[in-house]
Formats: sequence, C-alpha cells, structure tokens
Amino acid sequence: MSSPTATLERLPRSMQAMLVIGAVALAAFPLVPIEGTDFYLQMLTQMMILAIFAMSLDLLQGVTGLVSLGHAAFFGIAGYALAFLTPQDAPMALWWSLPAAVLAAAVAALVIGFLVVRTKGIYFIMVTMAFAQMVYFLFFDNKALGGSDGIYVYFRPDATAVGLDLENKTSFYYFTLVLLVAVYLFLRRVLFSPFGRVLTGIRVNEHRLRAVGYGTFNYKLAAFTLAGALAGLAGYLWAAQTGFVNPELMGFHMSAHAIMMVILGGMGNFAGAIVGAFAFEYVMHFFKDLTKHWQLLMGGFILLVVIVAPRGLLGLGESLLGRGRKDTTEASE
Amino acid sequence: MDFANFLIQLLNSLQYGLLLFMLAAGLTLIFGIMGVVNLAHGSFYMLGAYLAWFFTAQLDSLLLAIVVGTALAVAFGWLLEWALFRFFYHRDHLDQVLLTFGLIYIFEEVRSIFWGDDVHAVQVPELLNWSIPLTDTLSYPVYRLVMSGVCILLAIGLYLLINRTRLGMKIRAGAFNREMTESLGINIRLIHGVVFALGVGLAAIAGMIAAPISSVYPGMGSSVLIMCFVVVVIGGIGSVRGALVAALLVGLVDTFGKVLVPQIAGMAVYMLMAIVLLYKPEGLFKH
Repeated sequence: MSSPTATLERLPRSMQAMLVIGAVALAAFPLVPIEGTDFYLQMLTQMMILAIFAMSLDLLQGVTGLVSLGHAAFFGIAGYALAFLTPQDAPMALWWSLPAAVLAAAVAALVIGFLVVRTKGIYFIMVTMAFAQMVYFLFFDNKALGGSDGIYVYFRPDATAVGLDLENKTSFYYFTLVLLVAVYLFLRRVLFSPFGRVLTGIRVNEHRLRAVGYGTFNYKLAAFTLAGALAGLAGYLWAAQTGFVNPELMGFHMSAHAIMMVILGGMGNFAGAIVGAFAFEYVMHFFKDLTKHWQLLMGGFILLVVIVAPRGLLGLGESLLGRGRKDTTEASE
Repeated sequence: MDFANFLIQLLNSLQYGLLLFMLAAGLTLIFGIMGVVNLAHGSFYMLGAYLAWFFTAQLDSLLLAIVVGTALAVAFGWLLEWALFRFFYHRDHLDQVLLTFGLIYIFEEVRSIFWGDDVHAVQVPELLNWSIPLTDTLSYPVYRLVMSGVCILLAIGLYLLINRTRLGMKIRAGAFNREMTESLGINIRLIHGVVFALGVGLAAIAGMIAAPISSVYPGMGSSVLIMCFVVVVIGGIGSVRGALVAALLVGLVDTFGKVLVPQIAGMAVYMLMAIVLLYKPEGLFKH
C-alpha cells in the first residue's frame, strides 16, 4: 500500500494569492452590513476553528503519513480543560487557561502517542480510534467529568487585560481569525524546517530515513504531540465559542470529519485543510437545511469525493487550471 | 463472589467474547486477504439485527428469520463487494476509511427511512425461553447458552472451511501471495467475493442471534465496531486464531471489569490493548 501523497506541497502563486484574498475577505466580513450577520459570524467562527483543527490533523495525515482516526480526543480534552477551569461565577483569564488547556491536550497526545506511533498503517488507524474511544468513555461514564450530558462553560475566557472583550462576537471572530492565520504560517514554517523535512521523509520512505540514521520514533512522537496541542487550541476555542462541551466532541464522527476535511481540500499543504474545513462545513449545513435525510446525501458526497477527487479541491483546481504537472513530492523524491 | 455468580459471569463473558469473534473474524479476514479496512462492518451487525426483527415479525419464527436474513445478508455482501469494494483493494487505506465511513452514513439513513428510528425488541423463541436454576435465586437463561453454542459451531465451521477444504486452501493462498495465486489459474476475484460475503454473513448472523438479548436500535453498529477493532489489534490483523483468543480475552476483561471495578469498566478493555501494544505492537498472533 503506497503512503498517502501530498497535494501541492509548494503552492503556486495563484493559489497563494487566493489565500490572501480569502483572508482579507474574512477580515472584511464583519464590516459588511447584511441581515443576520450574527448568525454568519458564528458560523464562520466555527469554520475557522475547525480549519485550525483540520490543519493540526494535516500535520499527521498529509505531512507525516499517519492517518489518525482519533484526533478529536485532543480537541475535546482541551475543551473540557477550559470547562473545568472556568468557575460558574467569573471568567477565567485567557493568559493561563489557554496554555493550560493546550498543555493538557499535548500531554494526552504525548502519552497516547507513545503507545500508538510504534504502529503503522492500518494498525495506526485502528489504535488511534480505539484510544480516542477510551477517552470518550472516560468522560461519558464518569458523572464527575460531566457524564453523557457534558458541561457548560459559563464564561468565555477573559482577555480584558489587553483590551479584548471575547464575549463580543466580533472580537471573538477576529481573535479566531488571527489564530487561524498564525497557526497556518507557523505550520508552513514547520513544513519547510529540518523537522518538517524529516516528517515528509517519514511519509515518503520511513525505512530509508531510518537507514540514514534518523530515530523516526521520536520525530513521529513529536509530530503527534504537536498536532495534539494544536487540536487542543481548536478545542479550546470551540468550547469558548459554543459555551458547552460534551463527549461527542471527541467522538468517532468528529475525528472522521476532520479526516474528510483534510482530504476534501487536499493534503499536506495546510491550505487545503482550511479550504476543506470551510467546504465540508458548508456542505454539511446545506444538506441539513435541505432534508432530514441529510446523512444519505453526506454519505453520497463522501463517496463521490473519494471516487472523483481523491486529491482534494486544490488538486482538482490544479488539474482544471491545466497545470497537471506531476506531484511535487514525487518529483523531488 | 460465590461460585454460582462467578459461573454466570464466566458464561456471560464467553458469550460476549464469542459474539465479538463472529464480527472480528470477518473483519480480520477481509483485511488479511483484501487489505481493506472496513469501518462499515458494524453496520452489517446492525443490518442483521434489523433483519431478525423484521422477519421475526413477518414469519413468526426467529429461526426462519435467521435463515432468510443470512441469505439476504450474504447476497448483499456479495453485491457490495462487486459494486464497490473491489475497486478499493489497491487504494490507500485513507480512501478505504473514507469510503466505509461514507457507507456508515448511507446505511444508517437507509435504515432510518425503511425501518424508522425506534428501539425494537425481538422475542426469544418459546422453546428456548427458560432458565437453568443454579441456586435458589440465581438461574441462567438457556438462550444465551444456545447463542454460545451456535457461535462455537460456526467457529469450528470456519476453521474447517479455511484449513480443510479446497476453497479454504485458495483463500489462504490468496492471502499469502495474490499474484502467484492468480497466475496459477485461481479466480481470485471469486475468492474475494466469497470472503467478503462470508464476513458480512458472519457479522449479520451475530446481529441476528444477539437481537433477542440486546434489543435492536439505531447506531448499534458503531459501539460494537470499535470493540472489534480492539479485538483485531490485540489478536493481530489477518489472524483468525488471534481474533478468537483476543475476543475471549476482551470478553473476560470487559465482563469481570464491570463486576470488579465498575468505575473504570469502560476503559478496562482499552488498557488491555495498551499493554498488548507495549509488548507486542503487531498483536498476539502476528499473521
């Protein structure tokens, strides 16, 4: 079985320009006076949060070639961390609840990663899924941890120290947008750093990399932990935005949706993960509005993507633009 | 825990383990021979349970329902392999994960359209609806014993099929080296169809015989699917013997975990998996 190939590791100019235009459009959106802005603001905020989540998974799935079917566990753990840290009568400072939540997710990823990165391919898929399910049941079965009902986050984190009121929808929107851009730029840097090159090498040919002397276990564990921490960042934002956490946040569907987002956009370049997250959420909302049998359409849509566009929207866009060159990673192999 | 109680839990764990084996055997065979990871395997279990409910109501007999349901499930598996899965044997695992995840959505919705979202019960057949008294207060339902018996018979049948028949020899050859088997003139496509239909059939039978004791409800496939993954990981992917040992082990740990340490019962099985992974990352019986 070949390892998953990345799409467009180096983005063409045209696509970079599209990304900048997209970011500017997102930044300008709250300024446009249209009906129901509040609703769309919230929807876009959720999409941006999910885009961060999808990018964190892309580091494993698209870059390192590790398909995790349990990534939602870390998303959920950080969300729960915020819920536990926030008292019922006052908001909790952003400056330490955010690092604490991300750290919780990172530690969980380190522990689980220590067990799972020694497995490969299909084992990795099954084992990550099983461990995420373990975390799910830990929260689901214990009343002290909220049980099956979940818990409320009574206040959004407090960032008034720097003049940021996160209870305000627009402020929270911009806060999320800044983090989205920051995470994207950070992950692009990681991708072309020596560390990122090793991760790419693990995807392309792990045996060869071991043969030239890289201890790939540690690299994979580091990638797993970093991805878990960033998923935690997304989960923290999600809990702050929705004001509610429940075990479904770490469920099997959430993990599978993240995989779907990354595939839908195009793997291994992070831009695809963002595009995929927006597109996936849009399609999901669209189907849910259309009919109560939305699952049938969603399933059909997923099948269609797998059959028609396994390289994602970016890959499809590239072929349509007539730039059907061979994959860059294959050329540089 | 006195002896009678212990015996009951032991029989329960055996019954649960054997049921899991029925599912995990198909999953591990399909992976071992075709290299496909199938998230929709739990849906076949659900399908079986719903078929049992539907046909028991129509035909007024669980046994007849099982016969008709098995035939339908096998035909369905064959069709699914022919129409969809065979195109995915050489695709990336990632594509297989998504394909089968999409199928879960479709199966759930189709089930909802045809059979609704209600929880249903299936009556235990009159003949088996009695219990063996163990002490003054404790007794054990005969139906559960019969369930275990059926699973054991099917497991023996599966063993004989794979190890003692010409078809089984071809299946083993196909798992060992696909191209070589094909060049020896064996119709490997046919073998794949048979294996897939066999896996779907076993999962559906498990769902059908479990229906009277576990009720029939939406989403019943997904919880059992994850347990099957655990079983396959512990046993070693592709190994039917490993699946049997692991399924019995999981049954024991889960059942006695619930009795002895209820606080962490949900996690006990996963801890077992973690321990196995630490020492044997490729499972107890590497294929």
